[in-house]
Amino acid sequence: MRTALILTFVVVTGTGGEICLTHAMKLLGEVHHLRPREIVTFFLRALRVGWLWLAVPLMAASFFSFLAMLSWFPVSFVFPATSLAYVAGAFGAKIFLGERLNATRWAGILLICVGVAMAWVGNSPVPQHISSAFTMLR
Amino acid sequence: MPVPDPVHIRMRTSPTHTTKTYILLFLMLALGPIGNIALAMGMNRIGSLDLSTAPAFCASFRHVVGSPTIWTGTVCLAGCLICYMLVLSLADYSFVFPFTGMTYAVVPLLGYFFLHENVSAARWSGIVLIFLGVFLIHRTPSRTTEPGATN
Repeated sequence: MRTALILTFVVVTGTGGEICLTHAMKLLGEVHHLRPREIVTFFLRALRVGWLWLAVPLMAASFFSFLAMLSWFPVSFVFPATSLAYVAGAFGAKIFLGERLNATRWAGILLICVGVAMAWVGNSPVPQHISSAFTMLR
Repeated sequence: MPVPDPVHIRMRTSPTHTTKTYILLFLMLALGPIGNIALAMGMNRIGSLDLSTAPAFCASFRHVVGSPTIWTGTVCLAGCLICYMLVLSLADYSFVFPFTGMTYAVVPLLGYFFLHENVSAARWSGIVLIFLGVFLIHRTPSRTTEPGATN
């Protein structure tokens, strides 16, 4: 029961945070030129978007609960289990962000989800910094 | 949210837009792991931090702040976050997020080629599936929603 709860919490808070962050970035509009001045202006404007400040605590909650999972369960369980976030993210993007996912994108997401699970089920643990690298990119 | 027409989708995924998206994706996927590994190396060199007393805490803080490796790691991670936020302003979340799955494939590959670690058949299959999935995502338009306010 605790496993299901923490896994749900990691996936829901992580996906929720990412959806809020994406919405904030979409509200700001595209950066047309990747020049330092435009990037700095972009980030100063981002700080004034409420969705960004909703995303930060959600992503932080996901990060720390993911670390807690790593301390309770083996990596060979945690990585495959949390790969469900790819599917949750796809549904979140479709429902909350109005993204149009065609069959090819769904197939790609499912392949990655299954691939991550296969690549890490039953394999030996990885060093903590590698786990952090994945956490950073989730 | 309004559904854009197909012409609009094609407009948003122009070659320049696509190039910017992939440059940012590449930087994001490179800087994240490099930053974390640099931080881990820096902290390993410093050793266990002593936070028991105020002077010990200050000494530990000076060690951390004075380490070029830790600064390198911090800058890389900040760069990764910046690239992630920028690429989300350009492309769909359902396009960007699956690319992060490549990290799960690249780390075992690096271990195989540089550290001569064994890679099981199941892991090879997983790596192939991840790359196949990323290839399929790459075949879809990077953006399917209307752009927000312009700069």
